[in-house]
Amino acid sequence: MNCCNEKPVIGLLDGNKLCKNHFTEYFDGKVFKTISKFDLIGKQENLGVALSGGKDSLTVLSILNRLSKQNPKIKITAIAIDEGIRSYRDKTLEKARAFCEENKIKLDIFSYKNEFGLTLDEMLKILDVKPCTICGIFRRYLLNKKSRELKLTKIATGHNLDDECQSIIMNQMRNSIDASARLGPKAGMIQDNKFVQRIKPLYLCTEKETTTYAFINGLLDEFNECPNAVQSFRAHVRDILNSMEQKFPGTKYSIVNSFLQILPLLKQKFKNGSIKLCEKCNEPSANNVCNACVYLEKLKIKIVSMNLNVT
Amino acid sequence: MNKISVSAFIDRENRNTTLQLDKGSSVGTLLKKLNINPVNVIVSRDNELILEDEKLNNDDEIKILSVISGG
Repeated sequence: MNCCNEKPVIGLLDGNKLCKNHFTEYFDGKVFKTISKFDLIGKQENLGVALSGGKDSLTVLSILNRLSKQNPKIKITAIAIDEGIRSYRDKTLEKARAFCEENKIKLDIFSYKNEFGLTLDEMLKILDVKPCTICGIFRRYLLNKKSRELKLTKIATGHNLDDECQSIIMNQMRNSIDASARLGPKAGMIQDNKFVQRIKPLYLCTEKETTTYAFINGLLDEFNECPNAVQSFRAHVRDILNSMEQKFPGTKYSIVNSFLQILPLLKQKFKNGSIKLCEKCNEPSANNVCNACVYLEKLKIKIVSMNLNVT
Repeated sequence: MNKISVSAFIDRENRNTTLQLDKGSSVGTLLKKLNINPVNVIVSRDNELILEDEKLNNDDEIKILSVISGG
């Protein structure tokens, strides 16, 4: 059923079709309901928004920026991580910079090159590892460390329902149910002042809804896919899920909604994980040395051995 | 004439293609012909979003935009 006489831009699962204005209202409403239902944002926050320059992070920044204007006790800073993936990250960061400049939002950018001495492209030439593994480790490390240094109270990411659904299924397929305990609208499990809480305001919004919102609000740029992501495990799971969604609409919502019912049990079961401080960098770590330092050490050893082979 | 000619730009593949479709064909028909899952895309014509049941016209220029996150 159409919402009004205006041309519809999207059809919802319940059969309703919404025009531009009614959809924007619906989407904004969904995000604010998510924030309220899961208690994601307090009355006073120094909120960081993890900004890649892609449609999801621009959408969440756009909405939270409006929230901040209505609630001056909620301050917003955009924080971007430049992994140094040529022809991908440089393009998305251009969009990030332009948006922040236009909307007068403070943007801090931290690069792998400055922080670790190498771009991700350079790291992948040295070490034979899955790109997404090493990229994720360093990005989360930097995001947490820099957010803490900036005294941010929380970091909002652009993760949406599709992302969560994929993660849930990936963890099942890999027998990593403990990793699922760290999912949810408030990511992570351990409360520690070394960790900056991550929140996902787009948690209940599908990728298609977010893209539609981004298109209507001028936040959608030309398609740009990370060259490392194309044949990843996540990409395969995504394709399977979307194939199921096409045949059985509502599959993704069902997976996430049923997961939310068992999430408290998972958090309870895995709550006794201990947090240490990395011997090398003093950042939070599950082990004596954190994953970022482990990989930096491997890179150092490989570089030395490559130099020895050359001379 | 019982056929219409529609050109489509598929952003994920960065390519244009032109198809001959039966008159009265919809966006859904176009996506099926291109083997594209409607869940993965939004579709626009003249910079306005259109739904799967929207009828296509001769010489329409359609953009098929991927919803997939880049990274």
